[in-house]
Amino acid sequence: MNAPTKNATRTAVSANGLRKVYGDKLVLDGVDLSIGEGEVLALLGPNGAGKTTTVKILSTLIPADAGTASVMGHDVHREPGAVRVQIGVTGQFSAVDNLLTGEENLLLMGRLLHLPPAERRSRAAGLLERFDLLDAAKQLPATYSGGMMRRLDIAMTLMGRPRLIFLDEPTTGLDPRSRHIMWQLIRDLVAEGTSILLTTQYLQEADQLADRITVLDRGRVVADGTPDELKRRIPGAHIRLRFAGVASLDEAARALPEGARDDGELVLRVPNEGGIRSLRDVLARLGDGIAVEDLSIHTPDLDDVFFALTGHPSKEQTP
Amino acid sequence: MTTPTVAAQDAITMLGRELKHTIRYPLLLVGAILVPIVFLLLFVYILGGSIGGGLGASARGAPYVDFLVPGILMMTVAAGTGSTAITVCTDMTEGIIDRFRTMPVARGAVLAGHVGGSVLRTFVTTIVLTGVALLVGFRPQASVAGWFAVAGIVAAFSFALAWLSTALGLVARTIAGANGATLPIQFLLPFLSSAFVPAESMPAGVRWFTAHQPFTIVVQSLRALLTGAPVGNTAYQALAWCAAIALAGYLWARFAFRRGTR
Repeated sequence: MNAPTKNATRTAVSANGLRKVYGDKLVLDGVDLSIGEGEVLALLGPNGAGKTTTVKILSTLIPADAGTASVMGHDVHREPGAVRVQIGVTGQFSAVDNLLTGEENLLLMGRLLHLPPAERRSRAAGLLERFDLLDAAKQLPATYSGGMMRRLDIAMTLMGRPRLIFLDEPTTGLDPRSRHIMWQLIRDLVAEGTSILLTTQYLQEADQLADRITVLDRGRVVADGTPDELKRRIPGAHIRLRFAGVASLDEAARALPEGARDDGELVLRVPNEGGIRSLRDVLARLGDGIAVEDLSIHTPDLDDVFFALTGHPSKEQTP
Repeated sequence: MTTPTVAAQDAITMLGRELKHTIRYPLLLVGAILVPIVFLLLFVYILGGSIGGGLGASARGAPYVDFLVPGILMMTVAAGTGSTAITVCTDMTEGIIDRFRTMPVARGAVLAGHVGGSVLRTFVTTIVLTGVALLVGFRPQASVAGWFAVAGIVAAFSFALAWLSTALGLVARTIAGANGATLPIQFLLPFLSSAFVPAESMPAGVRWFTAHQPFTIVVQSLRALLTGAPVGNTAYQALAWCAAIALAGYLWARFAFRRGTR
């Protein structure tokens, strides 16, 4: 089940039995994960599940207490230098220099990566344009919006042409428009062949972007698979229909035999995979004769995944 | 991979970053120069009359300002520790330090940039202070070689205190704490030295400490060089103290930086 997917020929990340204890708090309790080259893995879990700690270990920021991990074929503990050359990290909190302009931040990265001056400038200019930051290039990050800040952050990460990028909750706190811009950026990176480890609290985000999802709960991997495999294991999206009495519930259940009925609540849950089209279909099959008291559309979120996989809700676990 | 040239390049890059910070946010630099100037004026024009009269033989007949300026010069170096510790502590709370740690950047480059920046800031503040001192009547008797020796001791002292304040900035949890930790260096040790009055004039309890603590040794060597008095081996003692403080500060800073990954 943990084997890399078929299309991945080499592994970008392979971690076995990672453990980390802070004080008396067990943060990671034997985490295994693997990412094939060119693959996007989403590490999905609530706050405090151990996502950021995993990223910190794999990006050579902190050592694991036990377990092994290699990134692009190099052991993170024994050869951190060889790992650092190949990775880019965009953390949960902005990692830009607030006293340097956007352009200066990019040039600083170029200097630290020892790029020749001409390449430094052309790469910085290219990234500013690609990330729609040309107008703000000469301004300090204090004037940037949240979305601009994340874009600058990722642009800095890309100065070094990393082959593996860690994105720790890249869309947390962004408005929907900025979130979609970020998603498109991530898809572009994937198209260029970059491997990505993405952490997120949003099932939808993992579903949209990832080839595989590893679900983390209280420092343990509780599930691992493609988004489709995972969604098959959880109660899917459904339309929830509530009726005034048992009679109409009976009628509706006959019209929609695929639905699951709950006589106590007078509710029928009908699977809904096709959005508006299948909603229209369900309403058509119900016809005019059956009186529906209430209708709501339910899409599975992290809570459903958690409840299905762990048997407990995903309420915040203290980090 | 990390050859000495690459490490030096990274350190210079970090120094450039640090200097840009100072230019963008010059308030700390202004503070580090204003405090010593205020003390200089206070002691020359307000307190100096009575102190200078009581100096007797230690002033060797020269006006109090000539006795005082070497002390204020030392205090100017010490005043820089506040801005260095604040700068380092602020930097450590920024996400960019974690970014540097995940990049193939020479390990010591961040700290070297801070120390270099600190020494250069002190270079500016001590030059400004010397200018103000000349304006208020300071008349040094130093030879050209003496001036070079003064510059060398000031540089060594500022290098030593830069490492020490970098370490203090790294271990401080808050910016206020970082500043607080340097207050003894900025004020207590200069006052418990022979910067303002000779050690012999102090009460017996602190006299021994004042006479032997490194700030006094530094002031004495500067004073001897600037007034053209016999220097003896105090200059070497001062340099030895600077080397010891620099080494201790360096080891402490390196330890704190390695441990400091949050």
